[in-house]
Amino acid sequence: MSIALSSGATPARERPPLGTTGPVGWLRANLFGSWWSTALTLALGYVVVRFLWGFIDWALIRAVWTVPMGPHGPDATICRQMKGAGACWAVIGDKWRFILFGQYPYNEQWRPGICVALFIALYAASANRAFWRRELLYLWLGTLAVIFALMWGGFGPLQFVPDDQWGGLPITLILATFGLVAAFPLAILVALGRRSKELPVVRILCVVYVELIRGVPLISLLFMASVLFPLFMPEGLNPDKLLRAQVAIILFAGAYLAEVVRAGLQALPKGQSEAAEALGLSYWRKTRLIILPQALRLVIPPLVNTFIGFFKDTSLVLIIGIYDLLTAGKVALADPAWTGFAAEVYLVLAAIYFMFCFAMSRYSHGLELRLAAARGR
Amino acid sequence: MSHAAGDPRLIGAQQAPRKPWRLSWSDPRTRNVVWQVVVIGAVGAVLWYLIGNTNRNLAARHIATGFGFLGRTAGIPIGEQPIPYNSATDTFAKALLEGILNTLKVAVVGIILATIWGTLIGIGRTSRNWLVARLTAIYVETLRDIPVLLQLLFWYTLLQGLPAPRQAMRLGSIFLSNRGIKIPVLVWSGAYSWAVLGGVLGIGLTVVWARWAKRRRDETGSAPPVWPVALGLIIGLPVLIWALLGAPHVVDAPALHGFNFVGGATITPEYAALLLGLSIYTAAYIAEIVRSGIQSVPHGQWEAAGALGLRRGTVLRMVVLPQALRVIIPPMTSQYLNLTKNSSLAVAIGYQDIVSIANTTLNQTGQAIEGIAIIMAVYLVISLSISLFMNWYNARMALVER
Amino acid sequence: MDETPAILLEQVNKWYGSMHVLRDVSLSVAQGERVVVCGPSGSGKSTMIRCINRLEEHQQGRIVVDGTELTDDLRALDAIRREVGMVFQSFNLFPHLTILENCTLAPIQVRKMKRVEAEELAMEYLRRVRIPEQAKKYPGQLSGGQQQRVAIARALCMRPKIMLFDEPTSALDPEMIKEVLDTMVGLAETGMTMVCVTHEMGFARQVANRVVFMDRGEIVESGEPNALFENPQTDRLRLFLSQILRGH
Repeated sequence: MSIALSSGATPARERPPLGTTGPVGWLRANLFGSWWSTALTLALGYVVVRFLWGFIDWALIRAVWTVPMGPHGPDATICRQMKGAGACWAVIGDKWRFILFGQYPYNEQWRPGICVALFIALYAASANRAFWRRELLYLWLGTLAVIFALMWGGFGPLQFVPDDQWGGLPITLILATFGLVAAFPLAILVALGRRSKELPVVRILCVVYVELIRGVPLISLLFMASVLFPLFMPEGLNPDKLLRAQVAIILFAGAYLAEVVRAGLQALPKGQSEAAEALGLSYWRKTRLIILPQALRLVIPPLVNTFIGFFKDTSLVLIIGIYDLLTAGKVALADPAWTGFAAEVYLVLAAIYFMFCFAMSRYSHGLELRLAAARGR
Repeated sequence: MSHAAGDPRLIGAQQAPRKPWRLSWSDPRTRNVVWQVVVIGAVGAVLWYLIGNTNRNLAARHIATGFGFLGRTAGIPIGEQPIPYNSATDTFAKALLEGILNTLKVAVVGIILATIWGTLIGIGRTSRNWLVARLTAIYVETLRDIPVLLQLLFWYTLLQGLPAPRQAMRLGSIFLSNRGIKIPVLVWSGAYSWAVLGGVLGIGLTVVWARWAKRRRDETGSAPPVWPVALGLIIGLPVLIWALLGAPHVVDAPALHGFNFVGGATITPEYAALLLGLSIYTAAYIAEIVRSGIQSVPHGQWEAAGALGLRRGTVLRMVVLPQALRVIIPPMTSQYLNLTKNSSLAVAIGYQDIVSIANTTLNQTGQAIEGIAIIMAVYLVISLSISLFMNWYNARMALVER
Repeated sequence: MDETPAILLEQVNKWYGSMHVLRDVSLSVAQGERVVVCGPSGSGKSTMIRCINRLEEHQQGRIVVDGTELTDDLRALDAIRREVGMVFQSFNLFPHLTILENCTLAPIQVRKMKRVEAEELAMEYLRRVRIPEQAKKYPGQLSGGQQQRVAIARALCMRPKIMLFDEPTSALDPEMIKEVLDTMVGLAETGMTMVCVTHEMGFARQVANRVVFMDRGEIVESGEPNALFENPQTDRLRLFLSQILRGH
């Protein structure tokens, strides 16, 4: 801001006192408003600069990006010399395929790669409100079918890959997405059951299911899946580990989603239900044509937030030994060449999880604002 | 609704004759009964099938059901013992009790830490200082978008990466090494028990004093001081008792002896990582709850109270907090429950909570159903207790309004 | 008669960022005087009245209330806020307290009154605004007009020397405006010093000693209400009056 120029244009009295506008004014108002604010700014600023500089020094300046190959695989000696001072990103360079795709046959890893891309495309398509139609459901079912076909293979030139060899990011995406899709119908039924006044037995069953599942940690359900499900099945039938974990996640997701759907049903004005009844619609028609389409629209933002939760929670399958993204990262660290470089691997894993969750949470936040604005109009 | 009984429109309705129940598909009551019978039948059939399979499988594997194993000697070594435990002689029941206590130890301390830290971050989110507001926003957004298990593993790795005991980082008599945090403790003596008793007495007296002070203010207008008296009673009284009993102070400080420490108390790396990870993660959620609670109180409330001449602290205490807390408490409850349930991730970093010990138990005994039932029962009881307490507290807060 | 003015504004200037919202505002309100401030929205009238008890800070000039100058000194601010009552457009009652508790909070906490006395005082003022029977209810159970009358009683319970009204009837349904205005007329008759931002011209004619017309952050005209309304000197006031009259 040029003072000479503006004082020529307006008389002195018309100008705000110096230092209340422009960058100086901004600094005063937002960083140095009072002595307490100033002290906070200086102290925090110091800590942030120190921390950022230390991190940049470790992660970029003194980092080791590649290591030479030794007779028994990569030779991490340089990394060990720099340990504590500089990051060893060479571990990522060596292990990234394993972290992303686990034990999937190396030459076939383009298949899970395409699957990850399909998942991301599916999410992106669903985020677009222009696509919120019945066809979206078919798109989801179709894409999931393609994904499973690609992962398993066993037709044409695609070699069959049993699902105990799947791993990494696709497993995380499958567990979360398929969990959501399969839990959704269950959740709708349970939410409707919990609200039915005429069927007390059904209501009690739904309440017990929801509260029981929400009262215990996911881990106990996963343990149940890995230890108890084999006992529940008739002899000879032994569903594999991944399917068992998926069932546990569906049961878990069903209870949480049911509560989200129930909130949507509750938020719907009673007049909608009454108007539908006055038109002579039966319960199921009323629910399917009038109530659910509106209620589900209402709950999309909390639904996305719940999905973010599932996405993160799938990492718990580590504890029952399923090869998701986190497990693959942990197993990569078990390689004797790379023991001790956990921080680097964990940071990369965190970045991957963060990218997915952050994108979804920004989206849900923006959607919430838009839907609120649309309702306000 | 109590006033509904007196509503003249409802008196007639309540006395209306009930229609006779016809056994016809067009009578909704028939439909309701049939539907429920069908649902019960289906659920029952599935359960019957599963239980039948389970019984056959158990028989085939020669596993007897029942909780008889609880009385057998466990032989599970437990590193973290809230009460003395001997793996050679103590039973599975005792081992599981250790696990429950370890879970509670993490949950209770974690809830306290997460609440304090989360509240600070949440207040920071509403700060007028740009840097504070930005940093706390980044904190919340980042930590909420990374799985808590990954965070736990990360903290555990960092703590394990600390130097060995011989090169431990030292802060006075506190040692930080890969064996955990060693802190000096006072050797317990009778004087401390009396001092603790004095402290409890002090809290009781403070409550009495505060009530008296409030009544006196209501009656005369001049309020007797509460904080100095409370400080004196709660802190001064125990110190006085301790001093009168000869002020014993034998400090058991940790010292390096060979390759490890002797003396002092230990916070194990497992416990520290779990506590740190859970508190830091849950604090991000609590911060958002606190922020929305504070922002739910309109700015006009501050202005109106200020225009009446109330000081900032009084406004916060008498006007803003009571309103914000009503928004804060319900979601806070579910965060406390989440933290407690997430403490089960202990098993991933080798802290022996109830899940970890029950898991070992079921691996050793083969009593899978019982082991998982115990885990679930423990968490259900904890969840139920927290919800009951919070519902009671919430009802009390709501009563203040109407 | 005390000669020091109840409120004195000298060359007060205020900016929001680079927007000049108060321009050289000077105003003197004598003890017992009733001043109505009017003007189009965004003219700075609310900002001016909020500067008087420092809900907003002015950046240049002097504001003296009851002989005490408004500065950064918190004790002076406490003293002034004790003597100046304020009624807001949106009532701002405390929703978690009963009507009676709303009225006794400040007398007990600030004036250090006994609870019994504070309650007697509150009941007296609630009778004066004609809603003593609502004392045990909560604000949410009252109509807008009743809430605003409670807000007036709440301010009066501090026994202020000066009352500020910031568009007290703007948020009310038409049928409730009268009950609030009647309360304010009653208050004016007790000789209270009042500064009132309002568009109610009938009220201005009935009780105001003086009407101040503000536009774009400055005082354009001021004078005795009838003279001002019948014979506006500036185009800006004429335009404003024609808009107000068309609106009613």
